[in-house]
Amino acid sequence: MLELRNIFKTYENKPLLRGVSFSVAKGETVCLLGASGSGKSTLLRMVAGLEFPESGLVLFDGLDLAQTAPHLRDFGLVFQDYGLFPHLNIFDNIAFGLKIRNVPASEIHLRVAALLGQVNLNGFEKRSVNDLSGGEQQRVALARALAPQPRLLMFDEPLGALDRSLKDDLLNQLRDILHKTKIPAIYVTHDVDEAFAIADRILLLHDGEIIRDDAPEDVWANPNSVHAARMLGVGNVVEGVVVSANKVKTDFGTFALTCKHKHTKNENIPLLIQQPPSPFRRGDGGEVEEEIQLKVEDVLFKRDQFQVKAGGGLVIHMKDAPRVGQIICVKVRVECLA
Amino acid sequence: MSNKTLNHTDTETLRGETLRGYVFPRFLRFLIWLPVLLFLLSFFFYPLSKILALTFDPATLLNPNNLRNTQHVVGFTFYQAALSTLLTFALGIPSAVFFAKFDFPGKPLLRALTAVPFMLPTVVVASSFNALFGNHGLLSSLIPNPSSLLPTFILHPSPFILILIAHVFYNATIVIRVVGNALSRLDPKLEAAARTLGADSFRVWKNVTLPLLRPSLLAAALLVFLFDFTSFGVILLLGGSSFATLEVEIYIRALKLPNLSLAAMLSVVQLIFTLIFSILYTRIIKQTTTQTAPRFSIARRPKTLREKIFVSTVYCLLFIFFLLPLLSLPIRSFTRLEADRGQRGEVQYGFTTDYYEELFINRRGSLFYVPPIRAAFNSLGYAVITVVLSLALGYPTAYALAKPTRLEKFLDPLIMLPLGASAVMLGLGFILSFGRALASPFFVPIAHTLVALPFVIRTLQPALASIPERLRQAASTLGASPFRVWQTVDLPILSRATLSAATFAFTVSLGEFGATLLLTRPEYPTIPIAIQRFLSQPGGLNFGQAMAMATLLMILTTLSILAIEKLRLNQDGEF
Repeated sequence: MLELRNIFKTYENKPLLRGVSFSVAKGETVCLLGASGSGKSTLLRMVAGLEFPESGLVLFDGLDLAQTAPHLRDFGLVFQDYGLFPHLNIFDNIAFGLKIRNVPASEIHLRVAALLGQVNLNGFEKRSVNDLSGGEQQRVALARALAPQPRLLMFDEPLGALDRSLKDDLLNQLRDILHKTKIPAIYVTHDVDEAFAIADRILLLHDGEIIRDDAPEDVWANPNSVHAARMLGVGNVVEGVVVSANKVKTDFGTFALTCKHKHTKNENIPLLIQQPPSPFRRGDGGEVEEEIQLKVEDVLFKRDQFQVKAGGGLVIHMKDAPRVGQIICVKVRVECLA
Repeated sequence: MSNKTLNHTDTETLRGETLRGYVFPRFLRFLIWLPVLLFLLSFFFYPLSKILALTFDPATLLNPNNLRNTQHVVGFTFYQAALSTLLTFALGIPSAVFFAKFDFPGKPLLRALTAVPFMLPTVVVASSFNALFGNHGLLSSLIPNPSSLLPTFILHPSPFILILIAHVFYNATIVIRVVGNALSRLDPKLEAAARTLGADSFRVWKNVTLPLLRPSLLAAALLVFLFDFTSFGVILLLGGSSFATLEVEIYIRALKLPNLSLAAMLSVVQLIFTLIFSILYTRIIKQTTTQTAPRFSIARRPKTLREKIFVSTVYCLLFIFFLLPLLSLPIRSFTRLEADRGQRGEVQYGFTTDYYEELFINRRGSLFYVPPIRAAFNSLGYAVITVVLSLALGYPTAYALAKPTRLEKFLDPLIMLPLGASAVMLGLGFILSFGRALASPFFVPIAHTLVALPFVIRTLQPALASIPERLRQAASTLGASPFRVWQTVDLPILSRATLSAATFAFTVSLGEFGATLLLTRPEYPTIPIAIQRFLSQPGGLNFGQAMAMATLLMILTTLSILAIEKLRLNQDGEF
């Protein structure tokens, strides 16, 4: 349905987006993950028609939107700090898009009541925006964006200002609503957990380019690049030196190299060191399990396991807490990220 | 002031109030208030009661002449104020958009330039317009009339048009600041939200932008209207007594064509209107505080051709409109203009310092019994007395107000009440109350103090309230005597605020025109009075001296304003 083709944009004379292309299919929720300032929000604003690419196309159902004003696009947008109209009450906020479209008053009342039910805010019609908590305001913003039944929904870090427990709650509601309405959605965030909780597909935006576009489980299993691994916080990214055709030396020992790349001797390559039972790992046989010895430097309690910081900065997780200073043996998988 | 501190002081009332670490019994607390209350009782409330008594005398109220006169004057006052407000908005709104939405080189300077007239004394503004447009002004003397260069209405604007333009010149900065602040505080996300919800630009403006700006627009309109409504110096000096607004008519009926009962009645009418506008304004201001500020400035460089044309047009317009009159005054004060009587349009002109030199000479048959420059010394003397008097009265009051108890909450509005009365009204009250005693020159600085005192208190009070009691306690546990505590803790923190308040009182006194005009003795002119007398006399030399005097006053005031701005710590200039 929505397609972006080769979008370029500079910001203050620095390239911000360097040829971004992706598409969103019907009923699909696509999550755009990237650091702050990476241009995620700019991409959304371009889709909304509030900003324009220097080159590249934004298409919907194959039609170029360059000449379509934002108010004619029928795309809903939900902001991080809600953007509710402070001079209107909850009812008038949600009804805003319907009134613009000259929907009859009786139908507006029915629709607004139904939407308030959908976001669990029954009876909030007459309340003022300023009386609501952050979570409630964001639900009103969602209802307002849903009201005109847009062709596409966009979320710009919608839960960024909310605390953890509220986030989980709202994410569940949001996923429910998106599944029921089948409205395609672009969800922009820098929070990995949030992205994995809501996305049908994940796009990683780094340095103005989409470096990964895949299903969440595949992205998690095969980050395939240093930036992706770092962004997602998968395992440990370390430097290694190639010592022979299939051996690589690191601070933690020398490992077998099984990738398909051609490496020259003494080349520095990035490696991903992970602990084996990784939930999504499918036996594609690319990587090798090896055992290494580590000295424990710090132990942190994390919910159902212990996070162990070891010598050299490696972080692993264990069921039982080791003592600080103890030497432990851990099985790891080593993978080339070059 | 937070609730916590209020409760804290409330419980302390039982034991006697603490102030600066000492225990004050209740009667002592009242003693702090005694000087300022006595001052206000004798010089504000007593004169006010005289005015009220005269107004509500049946002989005044039932006089059909008085009623007809009042009706006529009120009508004209409203008419000129409404027209001035409208014109001020016509210039102010595009300028507010210009400052709020766009970035361009020289923006801070241009913004400061638009604010300068508001802080200048009315006589200086009136003189500037005379220097540019007046009969002896630069435009009419340098450009032959009739001229193909400029149409007559620019070369020789009628006095009424001149008054309107001067009002715009004076008050445009209010619109620029109030509406501009609201515009730049407007969350751009709201507009984006409205557009994605299907609103076109007109609908966005009508349903989102305008409702959000409405309180600020109303507040600015009321404030501008209030200033135009009570304008005195500009109207009297540019229009003469033929333009009878309430203020001008009060002055005329008090001095020129004495009818004190009519003057009293008019000033009560004016007071009522002023109070109504002030109450409305306070109500509106409460609504404007709920808006959220965006985290960064939304101003940017103009991009499209339309934006560029808009920005450069407003830029030039503002630059010319605000700089030309301000420059004309000093230029005219150094320019010799002598039209050859026989040949129309032939003018000789050149550089001269005659007008300044003339100020030091006591000519026979001149307007004063003393060299005109004595007016400057009188002004400085009055200003110094005003500073001392308003600080002496303002300090204890601000101390008491910094830690308000029930007594302070009751007295606070009383202290601010003189703000509602116009200067001319204060003068009238003095005339009614003290009559003959006015021969003493001391009533002028007393009137100036009445005008300056509310501002002085409002400058000192937050500074005093900002000193945490803990600092004083820390100093005394370290062995400082009460005097040392005051010297080492209070004084350094207060010196800025004190200097700022003092400069403010000084500036107010220097430029005060309305009350002084009613109270001053011929032998003790101040600078503004001297300017008015020079301007009301024929002849190029008198005009030139008015220009020279006004230039001096402009320089003095500008220096004071710069000093206040320097002293003001990042405090936002709300009106």
